[in-house]
Amino acid sequence: MIKIDNLNFSYSKHRVLFKDISMQLSSGHIYGLLGKNGAGKSTLLKNLAGLVYAQSGKIEVLGLDPAKRQPALLQQICFIPEEFHLPAIKIDSYVKANAAFYPEFDHQYFADLLKEFDIPVGQKLIDMSYGQKKKVIISFGLATNAKLVIMDEPTNGLDIPSKAQFRKIMASALTEDKCIIISTHQVRDLDNLIDTVIMLDENKIALKATVEEITDKLSFKRLKEIDETVIYAEPSLAGYNAVMPNYHQEDSKLDMELLFNAVLAEKNKLKPIFN
Amino acid sequence: MEFRDNKAIYLQIAEYVCEHILLEKWQADQKIPSVREMAVTLEVNPNTVMRTYELLQNKNIINNKRGIGFFVAEEAVANVKSYRKAQFMEDELPIVFRNIYLLNIDFEELQTRYNTFVKENF
Repeated sequence: MIKIDNLNFSYSKHRVLFKDISMQLSSGHIYGLLGKNGAGKSTLLKNLAGLVYAQSGKIEVLGLDPAKRQPALLQQICFIPEEFHLPAIKIDSYVKANAAFYPEFDHQYFADLLKEFDIPVGQKLIDMSYGQKKKVIISFGLATNAKLVIMDEPTNGLDIPSKAQFRKIMASALTEDKCIIISTHQVRDLDNLIDTVIMLDENKIALKATVEEITDKLSFKRLKEIDETVIYAEPSLAGYNAVMPNYHQEDSKLDMELLFNAVLAEKNKLKPIFN
Repeated sequence: MEFRDNKAIYLQIAEYVCEHILLEKWQADQKIPSVREMAVTLEVNPNTVMRTYELLQNKNIINNKRGIGFFVAEEAVANVKSYRKAQFMEDELPIVFRNIYLLNIDFEELQTRYNTFVKENF
């Protein structure tokens, strides 16, 4: 679905974001893109959607170069940005103006999603709260039936019930032919939805592994005391939340926040485990 | 369903399915929710549910009838019991044993308590 080869990107000479990044993503997965503020999550997503251009390297999405912005590709990309502007029109006018660009747009699915999200159809977009607008563009994006779905912080601004609805909608939206990439800081909102973790740090892909690979190699445990086998640990009420090599083939539950901090703090210990 | 912190999600979903079978909410030859339906209900990635269903197929607890869906296997209850028993022996019993040892609990006292427990609950 997506092939990135030796991508180099910087906004200026002094702000290099990616140095020779390469990776491949396939359909049938929900990828979770993690990274510190400013690590380049949004920029990577924009590269995939053809919204910014890399200095060198190659990106292929469905066999095409997104930077060329060919309609054949753009109609297969749904991009939900973190910040967006919607015009002062009603939802049906918005759909009339925009759905035509997506040959596989499903009006019934769009109506179902709005209903699931509890959005009043007759309302003007400009009179809606940020969270409601977000739900409209998420619904529109999914209804395009695009093969590549990119979402930048989709749960930002959603209230508590909407987050559960969002998880249900995404669980049902993933099909064999779709590739879904979600960047997020709110890992607790989404950790059971994500099947593959991609982590950006220091201009590189610090980690790209499926949840299964991660829990195969690492064990996430609560410990009373820590010893030298522990790779990374954080104190908690009951002792420590720890990451250690999975010596005994245990099936622990991936703690994505703990993994994130472990990758930032103990890159050198983790690298050999995943190579 | 509320997920716990310490066990892989796909195993917790397996427990959830096994529990439904033991409680006879789902009976032999009955169709169980599809991968997608289960993923939506539990708000998890469909690939995780697929992993659970593959595990349960290997344990002969469910069957995949191609094109139709997943069904509770003929001998599911017996197979759930032996699967759960193996898990109990491996994961839970060592913790119970450790406490019995540390707290000097007498086996006879345990036997009496066990008998009372069974009488009161079953």
